[in-house]
Amino acid sequence: MLDKVIFFFFAGVAILSAGLMVTRRNAIHSAVFLITTLLATAGIFLQLRAEFIFIAQIILYVGGIMVLFIFVIMLVSLDVALHQVKFSRQKWVALFVTLALAAEVGVMLWSSRKVPGQGFLLPNAVPAAKLPPNTEALAGSLFSSYLLPFEIASVLLLVAMVGAVVMAKKRT
Amino acid sequence: MNPALHDVLAFLQAWWVELVSGVVIVGVVPLVAGYLVLMERKLMADMQARLGPMRVGPHGLLQPIADAVKLLIKEDIIPDNADKMVFWMAPVVSMTAALTAMGGIAFGPSFLVARDINVGLLFVIGVSSLGLLGIVLGGWASNSHYSIMGALRSTAQLVSYETAAGLALVSGLLLAGTLRIRDIVYAQEQSGVWFVFLVPVAFFIYVVASIAETNRAPFDLPEAESELVAGYMTEYSGFRWALYFLGEYANMIVVGAVATTLFLGGWLRPFPNVHWMNWLDALPALFTAAVGAYCVFRAGKQPARVQVWFMWAVALACFVVALILAAPLYGPLSFLKLGLHGAFWFLLKISAYIYLFMWLRFTLPRYRFDQLMHLGWYILIPLAIVNVLAAGVAMILEMEYGWNRWLALVVTTLFTLGVALFLLRLNDKREAEASSAAPPSEEPSTEDSYAG
Repeated sequence: MLDKVIFFFFAGVAILSAGLMVTRRNAIHSAVFLITTLLATAGIFLQLRAEFIFIAQIILYVGGIMVLFIFVIMLVSLDVALHQVKFSRQKWVALFVTLALAAEVGVMLWSSRKVPGQGFLLPNAVPAAKLPPNTEALAGSLFSSYLLPFEIASVLLLVAMVGAVVMAKKRT
Repeated sequence: MNPALHDVLAFLQAWWVELVSGVVIVGVVPLVAGYLVLMERKLMADMQARLGPMRVGPHGLLQPIADAVKLLIKEDIIPDNADKMVFWMAPVVSMTAALTAMGGIAFGPSFLVARDINVGLLFVIGVSSLGLLGIVLGGWASNSHYSIMGALRSTAQLVSYETAAGLALVSGLLLAGTLRIRDIVYAQEQSGVWFVFLVPVAFFIYVVASIAETNRAPFDLPEAESELVAGYMTEYSGFRWALYFLGEYANMIVVGAVATTLFLGGWLRPFPNVHWMNWLDALPALFTAAVGAYCVFRAGKQPARVQVWFMWAVALACFVVALILAAPLYGPLSFLKLGLHGAFWFLLKISAYIYLFMWLRFTLPRYRFDQLMHLGWYILIPLAIVNVLAAGVAMILEMEYGWNRWLALVVTTLFTLGVALFLLRLNDKREAEASSAAPPSEEPSTEDSYAG
């Protein structure tokens, strides 16, 4: 009961602020609502006992990326952007993507209906006390089973970072 | 009974400790922050051979309350061209982040507000860093040049120094092997030594970075009074301004608590495992009793009768606290020891950390902004990375090759210090080149004044 209340609170906040994020004209307001969406999603992660993903979402997305977003928005001139009609060219693409996503969700719900004894594709819940510690489990799988993809991803990020520095640097 | 009501009651039964401590945090931290301001003013006065606030209450002790009332009844000004919603929201974000982060701190083995979550330390750091959003949004919403300059500086500074602070914490966490707040302290109890002695360089980096993160002098560029008229807070007045201030002081307590937990042994007393040092358990009671005795000694010398009474009252309070702290020494009551003495040592360490902050503020002149950035990116971050590597190497040497722990750590610490010297020399060279390359007539450094 209480779990449901908390879940629907976070889900409602996430959806509502996502909608507001798209419809606001002011870029900073959009950013604020995006932050709210991310925080509400983080709340749902915490409710699922994915503690590490919860805090990673807060530190990386809210504390890191969104701060840089706002930083950039503050530096560009907002008045120009306010008077332009936005998204006009992307209308058909957006419609297509939305329909595809809706179809995917529909198929998923339809197929989950057939699994007997289990609700929405969820496996039977493990008692909370029996779950392995989240951070340790994640680190274990990252550094043992998936070490190579993990290292490739970090090298990729490093290359992107060095590339950005090289491009930003003045040619002497 | 109604099932919904039953659920609510069950929830309250399971979580009442957390709910009550949450309310206590929201209620007590503003008061503590107010008295921290008073302490800071008194310390500053003492170091500058003045008396400081003396008018409101004996020795100015009621000054924070007078300040709070003044700020509450002050006119609340919102600039015409400000973005009302964001302007209204920003200080609340700053304060909420700091107070929420406090929920993750363990003030003693049993005083923990949030249940012991698996990522406790990350929770405290991550949530307290959200306060930056409040600063940035407030600076933008004010629609003023000074405010936006302050906000931009603040973002640049915090993003840079958070990296260094995070890397410094990593080398402590390597030793602890966990992110749980309580287990970090237990790890220090087991190893028998505070982590500050094992990774001193990491502690130093964290101290410097945490001063920068809390926007305090000598790194208070975002709110430099003499160049930016208080930076992002320029347009704020009355209680909104007080909320920013509250968030800042709460943040100081949070970084102090993080440093105490990870490096200074949390709620442990000094030498927690050495038996012949057990007399240290009497220290909390003796300490407060000594403060009380000093108050009695001073009471006779007060000029006004109110002050004499007040001194006696303070002395009495100190004696009562001393009695409470002495109670666990009496056999049957020893179960209280962990909680009471834990809280005493923890608060004492946080106070010492904050005292260090204030001391540095009154001692060092303000940095220039480019110096600040150089210190962060050229010295602290590389040093922190080397330090993490060194701590890892030391652990491998100890676990895989059977080295003595102290030998391994001393060798790697010396190596880190060597790297630090090299970085410093490199930076000196760079500065010398920059000053010789620039023509002297342009005077590149006068844009940002030294004034402090």
